[in-house]
Amino acid sequence: MKRIIASLLAALALCSAAFANTGGPAWDKFPKDRVTDMAALQNGAKLFVNYCLNCHSAAYMRYNRLRDIGLTEEQIKKNLVFAGEKVGDLMTVSLSPKDAKEWFGAQPPDLSVIARSRAGDNGSGADYLYTYMRGFYRDETRPTGWNNLVFPSVGMPHVLWELQGEQRAVFEEEQDPHDHAKKVHVFKGFELTKPGTLSKNDYDTAVADLVAYLQWMGEPAQNQRARLGVWVLLFLAIFTVIAWRLNASYWKDIK
Amino acid sequence: MADFKTAPADASAGVKLMTWVDNRFPATKLYKEHLSEYYAPKNFNAWYFFGSLALLVLVIQIVTGIFLVMHYKPDAAIAFASVEYIMRDVPWGWLIRYMHSTGASAFFVVVYLHMYRGLIYGSYRKPRELVWVFGCAIFLALMAEAFMGYLLPWGQMSYWGAQVIVNLFAAVPFVGPDLALLIRGDYVVGDATLNRFFSFHVIAVPLVLLGLVVAHIIALHEVGSNNPDGVEIKAKKDAKGIPLDGIPFHPYYTVHDIFGVGMFLMVFCAIIFFGPELGGYFLEYNNFIPADPLKTPPHIAPVWYFTPFYSMLRATTDVMVNVLCGVVGIAGLISLLAVKGRAKIAIAVGAIVAIALLKTFDAKFWGVVVMGGAVIILFFLPWLDNSPVKSIRYRPQWHKVLYGIFVVFFVVLGYLGIQPPSDAGTLVSQVGTLFYFGFFLLMPWWSTIGTFKPVPDRVNFAAH
Repeated sequence: MKRIIASLLAALALCSAAFANTGGPAWDKFPKDRVTDMAALQNGAKLFVNYCLNCHSAAYMRYNRLRDIGLTEEQIKKNLVFAGEKVGDLMTVSLSPKDAKEWFGAQPPDLSVIARSRAGDNGSGADYLYTYMRGFYRDETRPTGWNNLVFPSVGMPHVLWELQGEQRAVFEEEQDPHDHAKKVHVFKGFELTKPGTLSKNDYDTAVADLVAYLQWMGEPAQNQRARLGVWVLLFLAIFTVIAWRLNASYWKDIK
Repeated sequence: MADFKTAPADASAGVKLMTWVDNRFPATKLYKEHLSEYYAPKNFNAWYFFGSLALLVLVIQIVTGIFLVMHYKPDAAIAFASVEYIMRDVPWGWLIRYMHSTGASAFFVVVYLHMYRGLIYGSYRKPRELVWVFGCAIFLALMAEAFMGYLLPWGQMSYWGAQVIVNLFAAVPFVGPDLALLIRGDYVVGDATLNRFFSFHVIAVPLVLLGLVVAHIIALHEVGSNNPDGVEIKAKKDAKGIPLDGIPFHPYYTVHDIFGVGMFLMVFCAIIFFGPELGGYFLEYNNFIPADPLKTPPHIAPVWYFTPFYSMLRATTDVMVNVLCGVVGIAGLISLLAVKGRAKIAIAVGAIVAIALLKTFDAKFWGVVVMGGAVIILFFLPWLDNSPVKSIRYRPQWHKVLYGIFVVFFVVLGYLGIQPPSDAGTLVSQVGTLFYFGFFLLMPWWSTIGTFKPVPDRVNFAAH
């Protein structure tokens, strides 16, 4: 019996590596506490509506759901909903798929659940987005003039360039540790070539807010879910203890 | 027909009501036969929680399923959006949906553990063969239910997983492509597929499943439960005809199972409330991308509960088919030496035909046969096991090791089925597949070998 359990545990340990590394640069860690920070979420919502919602839709998300992050319907209407839309409408865009295909080479994906879909071996979906939005660099070989470290040859230009400024990616040729005949292209870091309106720290914070918003929008119930879960488990713990004692009191006559 | 009974004039309203009902429907009789006077062995251990838990999960799936169907739209254009609508706009929709998605995985967890319990304690042995056979049919129906349900969210994994599995049917010789077309209702997985899978998922398969569960329980209550000692408690009865080691299911096991339910729900709810994706195992990340027939994901893996069998499918390469030919040849030669007369000719012809068939059809087809066979072989377990004892407790030590290796291989096969294919992985899964089938097919022989411990007359039980 013990052997069986031990072997099961060993196999489970193996499984934790089920999504083995698929390569690519490591993802930076998204500061998780922002998802429960109302001010960060509100700032993220503002950035999202101003910068993302022109090309990307969030077609499963209603504007008035933003009440969940502490905004009033009045505030949403005044600051975030554009002309002609109602506060109960879904966050759609008027960019036609045909135009999008022509301009960017692909239709910009809907962002409602983007944070959930991008999780992988290197981290959570939020980690990916946090790295992605800070990973644009100038590359004149690309049609848009921009490239991205975690999404090479991306069709999307750097929409936040005014805030971040322009940066250059520094690559160095290095000996391949596995094959001496080969050289590998190694990323050595970014170099700011033209400063933006925000400092590096402020830009990172702004991106963190935006990603916090995207993460929250992926599952608006997530904070409520975790809060409620504590009470549910507490109830179940008490229930189980009572069931356990009830069981023992019935079973004491069984000899 | 039973005699028409009359309640005494001074009886309470409740007694009068039950007398009225019992004269028309065997309510009290059923209650006694299946609960208050169904005698179960008193020595059940924790392994015996999983039967009642499987029933609990079935109820959770049906109830949450009913509510999901109220809001879900089985239409390729809006299916994905309707799931997100449930997650966002339907009050408590997210909870119902997570209960259903976590319930699917939980169902397989408890069913695998329930089956393994049966395996190690010999719960399938005479007279419980039909209990086991009905159980295997439930497992098969459950796999169909889960597979078709997984298409409904209409994400990338839903779509491409269904595409891969339906294409497997195309490997069947002669009728394959037509069969795949019949299942899909189209040349690719599409709206027609989604609609029929929805219909099967919410009506057809659940009806079959419920019928089989009833048959499973009726068969069980007819023969009585086995126990960890594999002792027949009905062999030793008291003056009233009640098994000495039996106790009424209600209240002893109902209260016991409620305790099990509490422990199960703690794990179940911890997943629902704190990690419903369970690291991508219960809800795959790719499935949050709407299905796109033009974009094949780089790596398509079924959900974890199918992966042991999926590994066996992938293990069946051309090399593996050659190995199988060799195995058939050796088995044929050994049988030739063992038998006399005309049987020799039959075996020689059988082996040659088997090898010829193996080489005639594509390895892909044999992969499908291996995958299906891995499930079907379970049905025959009652007639494969010849050991003189039922329970693993009284088997030779090396039998226990064999069961341990079986579990390890099953889990490793599951792990490899999630991974992208690799040479080393294929080799390990080939060994695992051979072990899996060897375990069952050679069981008539190995299960009789070794020194068995004496089985006691009465069950082992230490009072709580």
